[in-house]
Amino acid sequence: MDAPAHWAGTEPVRILQADGTAVGDPDVGLAPEQLRELLRHMIRARRLDRECMALQRQGELTVYPPFEGQEAAQVGSAFALGAEDWAFPTFRELAAALVRGVDPVQYLWYHRGTWHGGPYDPRATRFGPICVPVATQICHAVGVAMGLQKDGADACALAYFGDGSASEGDFHEGANMAAVFGVPAILFCQNNGWAISVPTGLQTAGEIWKRAEGLGFPGVRVDGNDVLAVYRVTREAVERASSGGGPTLIEALTYRMGPHTTADDASRYRDEDEVERWRAFDPIERYRTWLLAAGHADQDFVRTCDEDAESWVAEVRAGITATDAPPAEWMFDWTFAEPPAVLARQREEALGG
Amino acid sequence: MAEWTLSAALNRALIDAMEEDPRLLIYGEDVGRLGGVFRVTDGLQTKFGEDRVFDTPIAEAGIVGAAIGLALTGWKSVVEMQFDGFSYPAFEQIVSHVAKYRTRTRGRVDLPIVIRIPSFGGIRGKEHHGESPETYYAHTAGLKVVAPSAALDGYRLLRLAISDPDPVVFLEPKAKYWAKEDGELTTDGPGIGEGRVVREGDGCVVFAYGAMVARCVETAEALEPEGLSVRVVDLRSLAPLDIDLIGRCARETGRAVVVHEAPKTLGMGGEVAARIMEEAFDFLQAPVARVTGWDVPYPPASLEHRYLPSVERIAAAIRRVTSY
Repeated sequence: MDAPAHWAGTEPVRILQADGTAVGDPDVGLAPEQLRELLRHMIRARRLDRECMALQRQGELTVYPPFEGQEAAQVGSAFALGAEDWAFPTFRELAAALVRGVDPVQYLWYHRGTWHGGPYDPRATRFGPICVPVATQICHAVGVAMGLQKDGADACALAYFGDGSASEGDFHEGANMAAVFGVPAILFCQNNGWAISVPTGLQTAGEIWKRAEGLGFPGVRVDGNDVLAVYRVTREAVERASSGGGPTLIEALTYRMGPHTTADDASRYRDEDEVERWRAFDPIERYRTWLLAAGHADQDFVRTCDEDAESWVAEVRAGITATDAPPAEWMFDWTFAEPPAVLARQREEALGG
Repeated sequence: MAEWTLSAALNRALIDAMEEDPRLLIYGEDVGRLGGVFRVTDGLQTKFGEDRVFDTPIAEAGIVGAAIGLALTGWKSVVEMQFDGFSYPAFEQIVSHVAKYRTRTRGRVDLPIVIRIPSFGGIRGKEHHGESPETYYAHTAGLKVVAPSAALDGYRLLRLAISDPDPVVFLEPKAKYWAKEDGELTTDGPGIGEGRVVREGDGCVVFAYGAMVARCVETAEALEPEGLSVRVVDLRSLAPLDIDLIGRCARETGRAVVVHEAPKTLGMGGEVAARIMEEAFDFLQAPVARVTGWDVPYPPASLEHRYLPSVERIAAAIRRVTSY
């Protein structure tokens, strides 16, 4: 099987091959029930992702950005974070949000058009608001890491971003500041091959993970479809960050199986053949194969995961489709802590007495 | 009574705020060892340590973005953009995040961030060192924008901005950094969202802010021998605007002039004139006049005096509206 173009160059850290056989030490320090938990998360995430595509087509969600194919990158990295660690997403990190314990219905308020990308409590969940201006959230994560460092907290902040985001100035500004101040930040790039229609080869002529060396901190390239490898490299970065070792840049090689969003027509810029070839690299199939072969789970467990995902998604679906538009007051309520007189007048005009 | 320059008063405001709140940080380019290119942060790193007052790489988006993360972890920030023309790399962070984070998170996150920007012209600066960026920020919902005109109010406004739970863009008139004012520093007085009458008069009202306030007062004094009684209002809070004060002064005088350095088109003058029309149309004796910079890029030092509103141009506008 030919690896896709954006996987060319340095071999990534890999524990499980595409066929599910181990090429590295599969002992990443997780107990069997945690290993099973990884699979359960990935199965739930994919099931919900597909449900969201359906909900969008049924008119229940506005534009939706699917993440199918990236489950291992997101679940493995989010699972490596401690309870006090922070994660800052873009707009495609629903799987990571689920691992962090973000309420999926509240998360999906964003895609339903109910509210903007932070209806959940970013402090309680340690999960930043959904961030659409790509790469800007890297600077927010670095700011959190600065705060954690000043407080002497045993915690870190991870920023998710993509291969396209890595071309933005905010990537460099945030990464460089993190390095200069030696703060506990992890820059986690999901290189999924496509920034809407532009392939990674047009975003960068080099390898993203190598930029870390020039910035003065460690970088690592990992097979982003190998959940064990992703967990291991992220865990190492978390431990480095939390012990005062400063930032790490992780480039996780993965693939976006679906379109950029439901508003995108991927057939205009890539062949269906390419997508089909990618099925062989599927992160869930690979991990399930290994988990069963290694004896950490049996078919019954897998079946239970599928059934659990089914009933859980039904609940999420019921929750989100029952969500009505919020009251119009919400437009005004949080512009400022206290509405200035000018705004109070507009509120009155808009909402009546 | 003490004598204060604007630079020294702002410096004192930072010291007092830092002493009062141990979770207040000051950072930006050259604010630490150097004390800022205008010395507003002079001595603060020595006094409060490198943990709380520190230099950053040249990365305006990084600086402002980091302030958001620091706010999430309970730290307050006063960040400095070195010059108006260098604040633009941070524009996306300010407009897309600083202004919207509270709304996005349904009020769960306070953003106690003060973005200090040495602003406006009049110092024979190079290109990018004389800009008036206020409209960009004042037009953005979720931001407060203030611009002091002199030392004592500079102290008050900066202290108020720092204690505000919302983000404040703080525009410091470079041309007035070394101007002196006598008096005691205090936070008592008008708040953010309020303007102030700096010179009484009943024949006409002139609205201005920043360095133009002093020039308008100078003009008003020069016109006194002609029998003109000119009131001067320092708007000081550009967002939110003090609509009540603007309306009242326009009604009481019936004649209004707005003065600013920024280009005329979509400048604050347009907003003030529209508010006057909404609040005082029936009282107006003359069309509202605007005296502003031209709709051109800010000129080099040799032509600055031909761009900025001069006493002559302001006086001509006052004569025009009072003789209408």
